[in-house]
Amino acid sequence: MARTSLTVADLVAWTQRFRDLMVEHRAALTELDSAIGDADHGSNMARGMQSAVEKLEQTAPETVGAWGKSVGMTLVSSVGGASGPLYGTFFLRFGASGGDATELDAAALGAALRAGLEGVLARGKAEPGDKTMIDALGPALDAFDAAVDQGLEAAIAAARDAAAAGRDATEPLQARKGRASYLGERSIGHVDPGATSTAYLFDALATATGSAA
Amino acid sequence: MKKLINDPDGVVRDALVGIEVAHPDLRVDHENRIIYRREPTRPGKVALISGGGSGHEPLHGGYVGFGMLDAACAGEVFTSPTPDQMVEATKTADSGAGVLHIVKNYTGDVMNFEMAAELAESETGVRVASVVTDDDVAVQDSLYTAGRRGVGVTVLLEKIVGAAAEEGRDLDTLAELATRVNASGRSMGMALTSCIVPAAGKPTFDLPENEMEIGIGIHGEPGRHRVPLAGAREIAEQLVEPILADHDFTGAPAIVLLNGMGGSPLLELYLMYGEVQRILEASGVTVARSLVGNYITSLEMAGCSVTLLRADDELLGLWDAPVATPGLRWGV
Repeated sequence: MARTSLTVADLVAWTQRFRDLMVEHRAALTELDSAIGDADHGSNMARGMQSAVEKLEQTAPETVGAWGKSVGMTLVSSVGGASGPLYGTFFLRFGASGGDATELDAAALGAALRAGLEGVLARGKAEPGDKTMIDALGPALDAFDAAVDQGLEAAIAAARDAAAAGRDATEPLQARKGRASYLGERSIGHVDPGATSTAYLFDALATATGSAA
Repeated sequence: MKKLINDPDGVVRDALVGIEVAHPDLRVDHENRIIYRREPTRPGKVALISGGGSGHEPLHGGYVGFGMLDAACAGEVFTSPTPDQMVEATKTADSGAGVLHIVKNYTGDVMNFEMAAELAESETGVRVASVVTDDDVAVQDSLYTAGRRGVGVTVLLEKIVGAAAEEGRDLDTLAELATRVNASGRSMGMALTSCIVPAAGKPTFDLPENEMEIGIGIHGEPGRHRVPLAGAREIAEQLVEPILADHDFTGAPAIVLLNGMGGSPLLELYLMYGEVQRILEASGVTVARSLVGNYITSLEMAGCSVTLLRADDELLGLWDAPVATPGLRWGV
C-alpha cells in the first residue's frame, strides 16, 4: 500500500541519502562549479551534509521542527559560502513549518517544502531564471503541488523529475546571481551546480521514501 | 598539484597554527577559526571585524593588530566563514562600543555576515554596523550580476578606518567613514595563470600560454574578457583606463595599491607599478601614497590588480597613522 505520510525517521533517511549523493558526486559538482563559480560546491556540500548526518546520529530529533533545526543550523555553521546560508535556511524554514509534528502528510510536506523555498528566495534574493538552485527548487514544488491529489509518492516522484528538468534547463541561461554572474555570457552552456545539488536533494527524497517510480 | 601542504582538507587549520606561532601579538581561536589581537579591545574602542575565504593572505588575518582589525574570521579556501564564527568574534571583540563588520561584496560573505549581524544583535545586544566593499570596475552591469566585487579597497579601508577607530571615534562615525572610503575607491585586476584550490587539486580555469584574463576577481572566477598576452605597458593601460573611466581621480591626492595576486614576483610588480604611475601622471592624477606587493591574493595566481583611492588630508592622515600588523607595519 502506498504510504500517505513521512515520519521523522523518513526525514533522517532523506538527510542520509542526500549526504551519500553529495559525497558520491563531490568531484562532479566541484567540476561544474569550476566552470562558472569557484570550484568548491561539491567539497562544501559533502562536508556540510556529513556534519549534518553526524549531528542527527548524536541527537536523534523527535519532531519535524527539531530535525529541520538540527540539519539547518549544522549546514549554516559548517558549509560557509552561499550554499551554507541557502541550504541552511531551506531546512530551518522546512522544520519551522512542520513544528512539533512527528509526521507529514502530502499537504503538510508540500507546505514545508514551500516554506523552505520562500526562505531561500528571501535569503538569496534570486528569481527564477537567474541560473541558481531556485530553477530546480521552484519547478519541483510546482510539480509536487500539481501531483499531490495522486498521493504522496506520486507527488515526490513528480517533484524529483521536475527538479532534474529544472537543473537541465539552467544550461542555456546566463547567470545573474552569485559568482557565476561575473562571467556574463560566458556562463551560458554550463549547468548550474546549485540547481544540480537541488536535483539530488529531490532524488534523495524519492529514493529514501520509496517513491522512486 | 604541487603544494606545501599535509592534507588538502586541513590547509586552513594547519596555516592558523603557523600564523599564531609566527606572530606573538596575535592569538588564534582554533575551534572557531578566529584570529584576534593578543590584547583585548580597549574599553570605548569600536571593534573592527572582517573575514572571508582563506587563500587571500595576508587578507584578513594578516591585518589584525594595532591600527587595523580586532578580529578576522577564516573560512575554508575561497569560501565565506560561517555566521557562528562571526557571532563569536563579534561577542569576544566587543568592548561595549559596538562592532563594525567589513564585508567584501561576494554573495556568500554578504549572506553569512547578514545572518551573523542578526544573530549577534538578537542574542547578545552588541551593536553591529556593516560596510560592504564593492570597488571592482570589472563587473560592468551590476543590475544583472551580484554587484561589483569587493577587492583591493578592502585593504585600504581596513587601514584607514582602523586608524580612526584607534582615535576613539564612535560606531556611526566609523561606518560613515568606511562608506565614504569604499565609494572613493576603484580596482581592476588581471591574471596570467589560474590558481589551484587545494581541495580541487587542479587549475580552476585553463588559460593558454598566449592569453591573459582581464578583469578577474580573487577566486579564480574568470574576468571581463580573455585577450592575447601583451607587454606590461599595455596591461597597465588595460587596468588603469577602466578605473579612470569609472571615477574622477583628478584634483585630489590618490592612494595607489599595485597588488600581486600571489604568483608574480616583486620584480614584475614594481615594473608594473612604474607603468601604472606613468599613466596616472599623464592622466592628471596626483599620486600621494603608494603600496606595492602581495596584499589581497588569490593563492598562486600570477597577475596583479590596481586600486585607486581618491583621498583628502583626513584620509592621508589616517593612512599615515601607525600600524602594526603582520601584513602592514609602519610608524611604530
